[in-house]
Amino acid sequence: MTMEIMEGSIAVAETVRLCRPQVISAYPITPQTHIVEGLASIVADGRLDAEYICVESEFSALSACIGASAAGSRVYSATTSQGLALMTEVVFNAAGMRLPIVMGIANRAISAPLSIWNDQQDSIMMRDSGWIQLYAEDNQEAIDMHILAYKVCEDHNILLPAFVCFDGFILSHVFEPIDIPSQELVDKFVGPFTPYQKLDVNDPISFGMYATPEYYLEFRYEHDQAVKRAAEAIKKYGKEFGEIFGRDYSELVVGYKLEDADIAIVAMGSICGTVKDAIDEMRAEGKKVGLLNLRCFRPFPSTDVAKALAHVNTIAVLDKNVSLGAKGAVAIEIKEACYGSNIPVYDYILGLGGRDVRKKDIKKIVDLAEKGEGDMFYGLREEVL
Amino acid sequence: MVDRTIENFDCGHRACGGCGASSAVRMILKGAGKNVIVVNATGCLEVFSTPYPETAWKTPWIHSLFENSSAVASGIEASLKKQGRLEKEKVLVFGGDGATVDIGTQCISGAFERGHDFTYVCYDNEAYMNTGIQRSGSTPYDADTTTSPAGVCSTGNKLPKKDFPQIIVAHGSPYVATATMAYPMDLMKKVETAMKTKGPCYIQVHTPCCTGWGYDGAKTMEIGRMAVECGLWVNYEIIDGKLTTVKKVKRVPVDDYLMAQKRFRHLFKPVRNDAEIAKIQAIADKNAEKYGIDIE
Ligand SMILES: Cc1ncc(C[n+]2csc(CCOP(=O)(O)OP(=O)(O)O)c2C)c(N)n1
Ligand code: SF4
Ligand SMILES: [Mg+2]
Repeated sequence: MTMEIMEGSIAVAETVRLCRPQVISAYPITPQTHIVEGLASIVADGRLDAEYICVESEFSALSACIGASAAGSRVYSATTSQGLALMTEVVFNAAGMRLPIVMGIANRAISAPLSIWNDQQDSIMMRDSGWIQLYAEDNQEAIDMHILAYKVCEDHNILLPAFVCFDGFILSHVFEPIDIPSQELVDKFVGPFTPYQKLDVNDPISFGMYATPEYYLEFRYEHDQAVKRAAEAIKKYGKEFGEIFGRDYSELVVGYKLEDADIAIVAMGSICGTVKDAIDEMRAEGKKVGLLNLRCFRPFPSTDVAKALAHVNTIAVLDKNVSLGAKGAVAIEIKEACYGSNIPVYDYILGLGGRDVRKKDIKKIVDLAEKGEGDMFYGLREEVL
Repeated sequence: MVDRTIENFDCGHRACGGCGASSAVRMILKGAGKNVIVVNATGCLEVFSTPYPETAWKTPWIHSLFENSSAVASGIEASLKKQGRLEKEKVLVFGGDGATVDIGTQCISGAFERGHDFTYVCYDNEAYMNTGIQRSGSTPYDADTTTSPAGVCSTGNKLPKKDFPQIIVAHGSPYVATATMAYPMDLMKKVETAMKTKGPCYIQVHTPCCTGWGYDGAKTMEIGRMAVECGLWVNYEIIDGKLTTVKKVKRVPVDDYLMAQKRFRHLFKPVRNDAEIAKIQAIADKNAEKYGIDIE
């Protein structure tokens, strides 16, 4: 293993190259731009033999991926925020057509007001689209999850698209040491794309037919079952990934100092790094705090969450999103997972639109949770309200 | 030579009896040859041909959404190219006029600009038929539709038919043509030419719709011919930006064509609206002058 210091987006582009997509179709949007630029130059330099379709919109980007995937090619796209919102109709459609498309999401806030900075509202708004959603804590995870995603999505027992989510700027633009795996190992793990079905004049099939009320419910059921099955597939291939690359992804939820914790923080993405540092300091002060890092939001690993949190007496959920008029999306899931346990679950909406979250904030949130204060926007600047 | 024995669009689909679009598609698939992958936009054609688990298509077919067919086709073309399949297999899009001149325009513009090797056929029944005869940008002036209803204060659709083929010409397409299902040999030949031409080609096909236009389904061919004979529909080919062929006619007044369809009935009943009919005649006259269709 050789560690290189590299920008997150470039590392993602280099890793996508190793996965050998045959068609790439994407449209630039901050903070995803460096990925599509990176891939464009990789193709221009002949380092990847792929068709790069320079589309006129995100809507077409994902639509072209649908066509290319249905015609039998491995495909890649990446986007964020407004781009993902523009794609909405195609996002749901691609999943319903059960095409194994992998798409990187450099998480960013949603307009209005316009904000190019990080939160996770964009991928969360696609919660019900039937895509797998993985969340990376750091850039190593971001690239590993890309490789893993191809393996899981293309499994003929799964056949789903996946978002690999990594926080915009905080990860996409950060330089950190990273192990870019060898082509040989990626080839060994991912292998060539073998479509389950494809558009082929030698074997004509009809893709994307409409379903009457006699069939629609069953299509949705089978789709739901596939997303649920993906949990086991991620675990299985995550373990295999560990054996080949030395980094294990066999768990959808990862604890940090959680075994003996009284208070559990639940979080997704890069904020987990800050939380871990804060936990180390709180532990030194004698506070038994732990972290549950949600690596996978869809399928939602309810049972794993419930098991991991069963022994704690307080749960504080950090949500970089909000379902306006309700709660943060993660908190809603955690409450459901812990239903019947009587453990209080407090929700903290924070970090929206790139608001910095520091160790001291995590400590304050733990104090609030201990006092039973939660279900709030954390860190509001009262003076501007 | 068009192989007229090819039958890639099967019978038993759910189109209205006398549907112009369904006949057009059957002919178009003969013109398109054997190895064609079809992309179909949401609309009548998609709905009447593929209620799961039945399909009328005997050639590979994909439907994704209403407005993204040319982007889907772009992806298919790129994929075929990458796999070395593009020599043998060709991509053909079917979009209704709504899918084409309205909601899908951006995707079409992108695909034509990028120059993918595919043929786009707009079957033009001059309204959103699948959703109940609402107007589109391709609906002719004064047509009565459910969103441009004729009434005391209205004579129907207030806007002229959008000249979409010219928009495609402006993209530098090597082959742009118009055709109608009422002239099958011409239609099939044009499709064959488009499919053999490298790059993005476009054909807009007039496909009368008995249900939406209001006439007896047995008269579809007749209505289609009348449109050409009065000059409201012009059949032409534009190759590399130059008008190369035009269907010439001994032109007749627009009245008979209009009178034959319920969508224009308000122009004749309860009283004849000479002023509006004259405006429609002026549209035909302008077409005749622009394309030189009149046989002297
Ligand atoms: C985004 C979106 N908007 C609206 C619709 C509803 N819709 C389905 S088909 C259609 C009209 C299709 O018109 P056209 O393309 O002319 O085809 P036709 O039905 O006339 O053959 C509409 C409005 C849709 N499916 N998707
Ligand atoms: S409504 Fe018109 S276009 Fe649609 S199937 Fe009937 S005749 Fe054909
Ligand atoms: Mg129409």
